[in-house]
This record gives sequence, structure tokens and C-alpha cells, in this order.
Amino acid sequence: MADVIKCATRDAYGKALVELGKRDDVLVLDADLGKATKTIGFKKSFPDKYIDCGIAESNMMGVAAGLSTMGYKVFASSFAMFAAGRAYEQVRNTIAYPHCNVKIGATHAGISVGEDGASHQCCEDIALMRVIPGMTIINPADDVEAYQAVLAAADFDGPVYMRFGRLAVERINDEATYKFELGKGVCLRDGKDVTIVATGLMVGEALKAAKILAGDGIDARVINIHTIKPIDEEIIINAAKETGAIVTAEEHSIIGGLGGAVSEVLCEKYPVPVLRVGVEDTFGKSGPAVELLGLFGLDAKNIAEKAKKAVSLKK
Amino acid sequence: MDAAQKKELKALACKVRMGVIEGTFNAKSGHPGGSLSISDILTYLYFSEMNVDPKDPKNPDRDRLVLSKGHTAPALYAALALKGFFPEEMIKTLRKSDSMLQGHPSMKLTPGVDMSTGSLGQGISAACGMALGAKLAGKETRVYVPLGDGEIEEGQAWEAAMFAGNRKLDNLVAIVDNNNLQIDGTLEEVNAPYPIKEKFEAFNWNVIEINGHCFEQIEAAFKAARECKGKPTCIVAKTVKGKGISFMEDKCDWHGTAPNAEQYETAMAELKAALAEQEA
Repeated sequence: MADVIKCATRDAYGKALVELGKRDDVLVLDADLGKATKTIGFKKSFPDKYIDCGIAESNMMGVAAGLSTMGYKVFASSFAMFAAGRAYEQVRNTIAYPHCNVKIGATHAGISVGEDGASHQCCEDIALMRVIPGMTIINPADDVEAYQAVLAAADFDGPVYMRFGRLAVERINDEATYKFELGKGVCLRDGKDVTIVATGLMVGEALKAAKILAGDGIDARVINIHTIKPIDEEIIINAAKETGAIVTAEEHSIIGGLGGAVSEVLCEKYPVPVLRVGVEDTFGKSGPAVELLGLFGLDAKNIAEKAKKAVSLKK
Repeated sequence: MDAAQKKELKALACKVRMGVIEGTFNAKSGHPGGSLSISDILTYLYFSEMNVDPKDPKNPDRDRLVLSKGHTAPALYAALALKGFFPEEMIKTLRKSDSMLQGHPSMKLTPGVDMSTGSLGQGISAACGMALGAKLAGKETRVYVPLGDGEIEEGQAWEAAMFAGNRKLDNLVAIVDNNNLQIDGTLEEVNAPYPIKEKFEAFNWNVIEINGHCFEQIEAAFKAARECKGKPTCIVAKTVKGKGISFMEDKCDWHGTAPNAEQYETAMAELKAALAEQEA
């Protein structure tokens, strides 16, 4: 077996920005976090197109909107907590309402921020962004997907929220063959007994869970939803029809994120049992990222348990 | 500015104020007080200062105006209609469900509106982005951003002020409509941002204090702003809320109340008399 490659999606974001810097119309904004969000590489390569707005995220979002009306494609970066949380209303009113061509690069999303603790572990950002009309939300599973997602976002006209992690995660996609399609869910493993619908770093855990379940005689399908809005309704409805039970898995609150989105689709279109793996309506805490993921049930073991329960709920 | 130019601007400002009254009366809601206090400055901007063409409202090289105090949209719409961006008759549709004239400005719906605003403190950030974008692209574009004096109680206004000062955005002009009244009372009674001049100066802005209803002073301020290099300019305009309508002047209650039929007739009669004086 080939060596496992581990890379954080924020690194892929930084790498993709450097590629995009070759275009005249791309600007990158940050809020004094370039070393952490990885926009620092763009700054080094294209200092004239990099605008450090300082520790003032609300103003940064407005500046991004204003720049976009002057014909620029603007990437505005900060931690998820501040991009989606602190600057929520600026994103809503000054970027999304006028449908400005601004791409929000939000890193350090979720519990895997680790030692910095609850104040910085944003597990609410997907929910916040989902309720904004016209907002596109991308939460890539690995660095390969993240890199291509950033390039796709640049070619998309309208506001996009891109969610990246701090933690290096296992690469699950093949760099040579992977092709990102905005709005399309990806079936990574077929199965007939239950479907695990996962996003972000939980996609890797979902694949591991499917192996655990196979050992117990349960054939699990695994779907990667990298685009949470607009969500791929078809792949979810087909999974409900063909496997009869769903488990969602995300490094985000079980309220309002992928679990919420999948439940909304299935309640209206094809009701089946849906169980959600995510942060259980609680704040995070300090600790090593991998340890925390286990403590908060964000791992293959918990997904597999929930999947067995979902199977038992099938009529 | 010669006497004829001044008369013409005063007449145009009367017409902008008529639009404010016409719009808010027909809408039975809206914000006449702050619309009337900024009317003279908006009139000067659209008819003497800004490079805009109603026949080409999206021209990338045009000057921009971001009405950060977005609730005073009735004055902006009246000025835009008078300038020819859309028919003046449309003013009567303000705030109606089938109208392109939203309660607060929408750049997606209304020709001539350069940024959607309404949530206070946010427009100035977008204006900073426009001014910086113009500089990066080597354009001569200038950006104008009217702010309410109550609006600058929002912290974001000062984030933007810091950004503009640090970036030396000398193509940016903020105008503080200092009518000294906000919804709950005078600025002092609520949470006064005074001293405004010193605050903007501390953020590395060029600050000019004027009477916001005197066209000679307005002209001098905008000319001085053009000549100031290396700093954004803030014009602190002392104004009267409800200016031009006797019973609305300096009255807090006219912040967000529309005139009734009787008040409408009185207000229009006063404005018609003022207009006739300028056109005599």
C-alpha cells in the first residue's frame, strides 16, 4: 500500500490562491492571519494584490464587496469563527444581498482547531451560511478536492463560502484523476444497507466506518457532499430509496449543517430514518485535535454505531 | 460659484426635497428627516461634483456614491430621478411591493445605486473597497460616502476610517450629515460620537467642517477634498434634520415618520414657494 499523504485543506487553499494569482483580476484579503490561513504564499508571490485588512473582519467583508464592484474577484480570508460568525451580518447584507463576487476562505473550522479551544472552534458556520439566500457553500474532504474547489469558486459568479480545516487529514482523492464538480455529490463506495453522507474531514472517517460495518455484515454506501449548498438532492434521494437509511457525518453542529440539509431534503421528498453524527449542541474545548475528534464522537467508530442504529430503524 | 449657479442648485435641492415628501407620503412610511438634511449635499454631488451619466449607469470609470446612511434613500432616489436615471413619476412607487425603489437602496434593482446599504456602518467599508479598487486599477474614480452622525456610533465605521487613513485613500470623501438627532433623541442624549473632527483626524483623515446647507461652503469643501493628497477627506456637515419644511425642522420625531395628507399639502406648498423664489 502506498504511503498515506496527509495535508490540511487550508494548505491547498493557499496553494490554489498562488495559482489564481496569475490572473489579473484576483485579489486576496486577510485579517492578520495570513500565516495561519495560508494566504501568506499569495502575499509573497503577489504583494501588490494582497490586502491585509488587519484585525477588523467586518470592515474586510465590506471592503471585499466594494472591490468586487470594481471588477475584481476577491478572496477574503479569516478563521471560520470570524468570517462567518463575527462578520455574519456584513456577509449577509453587503456581500450576499447584492450578490457580490466575493469568495470567503474560512479556515480553522470545527473542533479540529484543537488546543485554542471553544472560542475558536466554529461549529456553527455552515448553519449560518446556509440560511443566506444565494450563498454557495463548499466544505472539501481533502487537499486535492480543496485545491480544485478554490479554482472552481474563482470561475463561479457570486458569493461562495469555502470551509477549510487546520488539521492535516488523509488524502482520499487521486490527484491525477479527481475532477471537482460544483453542486455534485460523489459516491465513494457503493452499498445497499445504509448510506453515510459525509462532508469535510468526516468523509475519511465515513470510509473507515464502512470498512468496520462490512466486518459486521453491513454494506454501507458512502457519499461525499463537498457542496453543501446548493445540495445534490438527487444523490441523497436515490440513496434513501436504494439503502433505506441515512447517517450524516460532519465536523459541525448537528443543528443546521449537513445533517439539517439532508433531513430537510428527505423529510419533504423521501422520508427514511436519518441519524446525525456531529457536534451535539455543545461548545468545544482545548486538546489535541485528533483526541478531541474522538471525544466529540467525530470518528469512524461513532459513525459505524449510528449506522447500525439507522439500519435497525428501517421498516 | 456665481449667483445663477447657486440659484440653480437651490432650485434642484427644492425638487429633491419635493421627491422626499412625495415618496414618503405615498409610501406612508420612510425617513424624511435625514433625507431632508442630506438633500443639499446630494444635490451638489449629482449636479456639480460627480462624474456620472444616467445614460450609462454602469460605466466602469464613473464616480461612485455609497449612501451609508441608507435609510435616507428617498433623497437619493429623488436626486437620481432628477438626474435622469429613471422617471420622476417612479418616486411615487417608493416602498411598494412592485417597485424597484426599496426602503433602503438596492444596487441590483435601481439604476444609479452603486451599493446596497441600509445596515448602518457597512457602506463606508464598501466605499473603502471601491476607492482602493480604483487606485489599484489606476482609475480616476472618486468615491463619496454620506454617513449619519448617529451611524458613526457603529464600531465598523471606525474600522473603515482606520483602513482608509492607513491606505491613504485620497479618492474617498466621507460626508457626516451632522444633524445632531437620532431616533431616541439628540446625539448627546444617546451616545454622542463627538468630537467628530478630532476623531477622523486621529485616523489620518483630512477633515473640513461646513454648513451643510450652504452651497458655497459645500463647493469649497469638495474642491479642497480633490486637492488633498495622501489622505481621505471627511466633510463634517452641520445640518438641520427636516431642513426645508418648517414643521419638520430639528424635530427628532420626523426621523422615521411619513407626512399625512394635510402635512403633505403644507410641506409641498412650502417647497413650491421656495422653488418659485429660486426660479423668479
